[in-house]
Amino acid sequence: MTIQFNDETFRDDYTFRNSDWALKRFPFPFHEDSYMYSVNMEQHRGGPEGSVYEKRFDVDEHYVSEMRDRAQVLSEDPLRCQSLPHMTLAGWDVLELIMVSKSEDYPDLFELHRDGNRWRWINKPLGIDDTFTFLDEATLPYGPLEYITRQTQGDFAVLDQRDDNLWMDAGMVTTQADWSLDFDIGMNFFEWHAPVPMAHEKGIFVRALKFLMNIQQGAPARRLNWTMTVNPLLDTSPENYHKWGIQKTTLTPENIGAKQHLRVELQTFFRLPRSNALVFPIRCYLCSFQDLMTVPKWGRRLHRVVRDLPAELATYKGFIDNRPLMLDYLSGFDDGLPTSPGIWPDLETEPPLAK
Amino acid sequence: MSGAEKIAVKVTEIVPVNDLVTRFRFERVDGGALPTFSGGAHTVVEMQDGEITRLNPYSLMSDPMDPSAYTISVRRDDKGRGGSLFMHQKVQVGDEMTISYPVNLFPLDLRAKKHLFLAGGIGITPFLAQIKQLERLGGHWELHYACRTPALGSYVDELTAHHPNETHVYYDDQDQAIDLKNLLDGQPLGTHVYVCGPKGMIDWVRSTAQAEGWPREMVHYEEFLAPQPGKPFEVKLAVSNKVIAVGEHESLLEAIERAGVDAPYLCRGGACGQCETDVIDYAGKFIHRDHWLEEEQQASGKKIMPCVSRFEGRTLVLDR
Ligand code: HEM
Ligand code: FES
Repeated sequence: MTIQFNDETFRDDYTFRNSDWALKRFPFPFHEDSYMYSVNMEQHRGGPEGSVYEKRFDVDEHYVSEMRDRAQVLSEDPLRCQSLPHMTLAGWDVLELIMVSKSEDYPDLFELHRDGNRWRWINKPLGIDDTFTFLDEATLPYGPLEYITRQTQGDFAVLDQRDDNLWMDAGMVTTQADWSLDFDIGMNFFEWHAPVPMAHEKGIFVRALKFLMNIQQGAPARRLNWTMTVNPLLDTSPENYHKWGIQKTTLTPENIGAKQHLRVELQTFFRLPRSNALVFPIRCYLCSFQDLMTVPKWGRRLHRVVRDLPAELATYKGFIDNRPLMLDYLSGFDDGLPTSPGIWPDLETEPPLAK
Repeated sequence: MSGAEKIAVKVTEIVPVNDLVTRFRFERVDGGALPTFSGGAHTVVEMQDGEITRLNPYSLMSDPMDPSAYTISVRRDDKGRGGSLFMHQKVQVGDEMTISYPVNLFPLDLRAKKHLFLAGGIGITPFLAQIKQLERLGGHWELHYACRTPALGSYVDELTAHHPNETHVYYDDQDQAIDLKNLLDGQPLGTHVYVCGPKGMIDWVRSTAQAEGWPREMVHYEEFLAPQPGKPFEVKLAVSNKVIAVGEHESLLEAIERAGVDAPYLCRGGACGQCETDVIDYAGKFIHRDHWLEEEQQASGKKIMPCVSRFEGRTLVLDR
């Protein structure tokens, strides 16, 4: 299908909206009625047609507006994109991976023509048509990582693998759930995960690192993570906490359905060929509570998950203060009926709300 | 499925390099491009040797950025279990084979100001790819290469012809040896050392570097472990509820696979850790040969790496 790109904002007047299409394919992150951290990883080899899993790099109706938002963040804070000197080759790997994937997966939107190291890249939605020399930085307006991630939804952490660990030595981070590339740059897997509660004790990070270091070329993996955001804000960074933290106090029983958003990250992992580095795209999907509640299964389940989530996690994810308000709202969509397993909406088979 | 992704290839060239070493060239059966890779990567080659399926790792030695073909060099091991003999004696130009995607357990540290390569014998192969990669990227490197005799010095001629200033060759039969201590002392700050060769050489380089105060993370090594033959033994696989016999010329991992049990692996050379298996019960003695388990783990009797390690004794029960 051809995608109709929205003209919308993720700040100030917040005109961001999900179409019916976007709602149906929203990656609802709970496969059962409760949630705890786990090493929830699977192969990233496509998925049901039209789902966010289908393509290697999902492009949706928010693409053009998200890229406009990213450009604005970067103009105010260039340190959102960084690459230590030894990571330039990995940047080219990322550029190649994305250009090849997008041109193969969306031939109507993106084209890549390669003649040896002479490459021509056409990005129709953003109106870009550039010719450059692969591996020659002087022929691009930005470094290779910045160039391609200014044209790709989601944040990107690029990890160097050495000394039995992963090191966050490059990245593009403008749509993050309250963490900072500038703070984490140069850290290893255990250092940047230090703030996360409960998962260290459960041995999750030791196993996750082992899994990640064994991800091989041609066999990418993925997982989902989630949090909560008031207003459809992409840039919930520590740098700008003074701007968005305060918005969490504006929730009322009247506006919560429209203002409170479930924020889901589709995280994927690819081994890069030339640098042997790992790239970790973190793609953010937002959906308002009121839109989610149109899917009866999701309404029932979200209520149960939020209600039973350990306080440590609700605190870390930053919604412990608003949890009572959320539960008041969400309980109206939970009639106590059982839910089907798995994340899919199951609109045809799940009963409508009996309340 | 275990192991890295597979690629169907055709053997397009076989070149005897010297009395012991033969080079093989692989291209994709479908004529497409092979994945680019990073210098130091290996591929696992599947060999259908009669009833037995062998999977042996070999370093990729071709230009990592050339997707048209991969090349490997195989050293004939007359006392081994037959993988290298199969490659030397049975494989012919035109044969179709299956190889794995590249896997790199011996990558360059791209932060290095200089890369100091120490090769022994067939251990030269990963460096051939790394040298091509560094030449493309403009990296700074130096090679010290020990061979038994000039006649067995694989690729010495091409290395000295193309890189006369960077290449230093030492012949055992002429009593030449790398003056390691002085070599290490003379390196500029930010140099990383890489060693690939026989176990004795790796141990020598690592212990000398350590004694000279080199940090562990600046000394990289890769040893080619081929599973060694040994006495047959019996194993009980508790999860799949099977008792299997491991033959003299097969590895424990191969015997597990032959019994139809899917066991994880990647390198099949005792280096990657993927095949680590819990021991539930045993009476006898382990022959640990891997580089993965810590010494205490090997002594504990609780873990085994079935790709290279064996067992002698009455009972062995594995969690597989
Ligand atoms: C190399 C890839 C990865 C990167 C770059 C990464 C990065 C991060 C960062 C920056 C945070 C925020 C920490 C903070 O509060 O400052 C985080 C949180 C977290 N990470 Fe990772 N991570 C990676 C892989 C994984 C994997 C494979 C797991 C698997 C279990 C995992 C589990 C978590 C969890 C559970 C949290 C807390 C999230 C929440 O509750 O919202 N991470 N990660
Ligand atoms: S398969 Fe790599 S250590 Fe056994």
